[in-house]
Amino acid sequence: MTPFWNVVVITLIVANIAGCLWLLIWTARPTPGEVTEGAETGHVWDDDLREYNNPLPRWWRNLFVITIVFAAVYLALYPGLGNQPGRLGWTSAGEHDQRAAVTLAQRHALYQAFDGRDIAELRADPKAVALGGKLFQTNCAGCHGVDARGAKGFPNLGDRDWLYGGSAEQVYASITQGRGGQMPSFFGTIDEPTLQSLVAYVRDLHQGQHEAMEYAAGAKKFSGTCAACHGAEGHGNTMLGAPNLSDDTWLHGGSAATIRETILYGRKSQMPSFGAVLGETERRLLSSYVLSLSEPQP
Amino acid sequence: MSAQPVSATLEYDDEVVRRFALTTILWGLVGMSVGVLIAAQLLWPALNFDIPWLTYSRLRPLHTNAVIFAFGGSGLFATSYYIVQRTCRTALFLPRLAMFTFWGWQAVIVAAAITLPLGMTQGKEYAELEWPIDVLIAVVWVCYGVVFFGTIVKRKVDHIYVANWFFGAYILTIAVLHIINNLAIPFSLTKSYSIYGGTVDAMVQWWYGHNAVGFFLTAGFLGMMYYFIPKQVGKPIYSYRLSIVHFWALISTYMWAGPHHLLYTSLPDWVQSVGMVFSLILLAPSWGGMINGVMTLSGAWHKLREDPILKFLIVSLSFYGMSTFEGPMMSIKTINSLSHYTDWTIGHVHSGALGWVGLITMGSLYALIPKLWGRQQMHSIPAINLHFWLATIGIVLYIVAMWIAGVMQGLMWRATNADGTLTYSFVESLVATHPFYAVRLAGGALYLSGMVVMAWNVWKTVQPQAVAKTVGDLQQLAGAVK
Repeated sequence: MTPFWNVVVITLIVANIAGCLWLLIWTARPTPGEVTEGAETGHVWDDDLREYNNPLPRWWRNLFVITIVFAAVYLALYPGLGNQPGRLGWTSAGEHDQRAAVTLAQRHALYQAFDGRDIAELRADPKAVALGGKLFQTNCAGCHGVDARGAKGFPNLGDRDWLYGGSAEQVYASITQGRGGQMPSFFGTIDEPTLQSLVAYVRDLHQGQHEAMEYAAGAKKFSGTCAACHGAEGHGNTMLGAPNLSDDTWLHGGSAATIRETILYGRKSQMPSFGAVLGETERRLLSSYVLSLSEPQP
Repeated sequence: MSAQPVSATLEYDDEVVRRFALTTILWGLVGMSVGVLIAAQLLWPALNFDIPWLTYSRLRPLHTNAVIFAFGGSGLFATSYYIVQRTCRTALFLPRLAMFTFWGWQAVIVAAAITLPLGMTQGKEYAELEWPIDVLIAVVWVCYGVVFFGTIVKRKVDHIYVANWFFGAYILTIAVLHIINNLAIPFSLTKSYSIYGGTVDAMVQWWYGHNAVGFFLTAGFLGMMYYFIPKQVGKPIYSYRLSIVHFWALISTYMWAGPHHLLYTSLPDWVQSVGMVFSLILLAPSWGGMINGVMTLSGAWHKLREDPILKFLIVSLSFYGMSTFEGPMMSIKTINSLSHYTDWTIGHVHSGALGWVGLITMGSLYALIPKLWGRQQMHSIPAINLHFWLATIGIVLYIVAMWIAGVMQGLMWRATNADGTLTYSFVESLVATHPFYAVRLAGGALYLSGMVVMAWNVWKTVQPQAVAKTVGDLQQLAGAVK
């Protein structure tokens, strides 16, 4: 705030609070010429509306004064009067940092026991997996669900169908770096009969019956275009995060309408990176929990 | 009657008042019905029937706009036009302009009811309507001001009655708030972008948002209270001095309270502190109105047993006192860190909206409508009593459910394990809240059913008086027979 606005702000705040106080002082005793306390003022409206000249209730005036005193003390101690920092030097950012430091210290102490242990080892330790589960509820459940079974556009983590691979290293990498899945849009590059055939081909691929005439144009388009990422057999590619289309697990939905939408408009999926949010040990603990969802205890 | 009061010889412009009084009932029914529907959707999400126009996100602003601006707004127009004429002893200034404000305001409401379900919104709470509607609101509001202040200017009495101070402050401030908060660059007829960016936009929005509470939902309805309570009780207002102090303190300190909607955000610390301390200072000025209303009744408490209209008026003041105590408490940073974003806020708003705004409007209308249609009293007094109990029990169920749900959510969201992770996932807090949504729905449904009783009662009251006519006919007939 510039010095000018600083002065304006301080003046307005002080004037308004002082104004309240002045109102109380001004009305505390009768002004000359006023009717006696408790009598009617003599004003009459609409035949029968009148008013008494009663004094302010004492308890009410005291309550008012207390809040004004509180305001004055608070504004002296905390930031409030323009650029004045306040006697206590408190800031909300400072309070946040202080509390975060306490929490981080607690967490550090707790995770220390698991430092440097690899994911396979952690998976065998129920305490480690349980800690990972708590991290999951805080950081991952928002998208993948409390039960980790995902939702439309958010992968199920318990079905052993991995977009980016299910080894400890791959899961750890997904958490640390995040992932960006991209299905390009084919809008305007595909004619309607081919599109319909392709939709049917992709929809029925997992049933293994792709010899019928209905699929011919789609199959040709698939091997010419889609196979580049999804593979000739539609098995997908974990290097690219291209989903396996030869099973009945669908990230965005397996109905003809949804597949059509996916081909025409593409898809963009984003798994955020937790490398800067969680420490290395936390990410390992989290990986051990994610792996435990789809594999039996080793 | 032997001695005719002076007012009876004056011609007041009451047609516009009658119309606004009836639309208050109509929009109350509509707005509260939408409220009950969306409360049911929170319990059973399938109730949006997968139709975009019926989704919670679009109906929620329709509900808030309908109850605040259509129901509350119509009630304020009706009572302010009625009261300013009586207390100034003069007819309305430019009565045709007043009639324009009626049609203009109805046009705004209909436009809102169409555009909000279509998903057209500025995305600002209580200021969702897009720019063409905002322009119409501004025009209607300025005309409202011209009529109101013009009537004040041509008054036939020396002093300006206290109710008119509050109406005046509300009309003037809402014009300023509405225009400044809605400054936007139009992109098309149905889309615009705010001229403010980021945190400044948020601050302007909540400067508007909280003063909409302070001036629309508080000052305006205090104007209502200051006329109908002394009228109904038949005693002078408790303290003129208290009126002066709490009026000036209220309207000046409310201006600063907006930042308490943005505590612990990117708003600079000093603004947050200022918002908090002025919210606390607001406690006494807010209570001033309650004391003046309740103390007016002192020495006549027995009337509370006999007069159901007075029950509405006085209980509305108790809810007013309760929510204006709760508000400053929730503005304290440490309490706000628990209550913010939870259903506690929803409970707080509804104890003010259902308890204060709703009940004071209903009580005032019960007193006003017989006068407007030249009746002795409402068609059914037991129905007023029934309405009172339906509404009061509804409010209590609603706010208690939201208090419990809100505090529970706040505690669950902040609970952490020793390793710093959250004890509960968000979904778990929703599961825990679910039963309270059922209680809230029951409370809201009761409140709506009270409104239905009122609509029936008003309908019966404003019918051409068949009974009186029949009696007259019978007398004629008797005369002929003789």
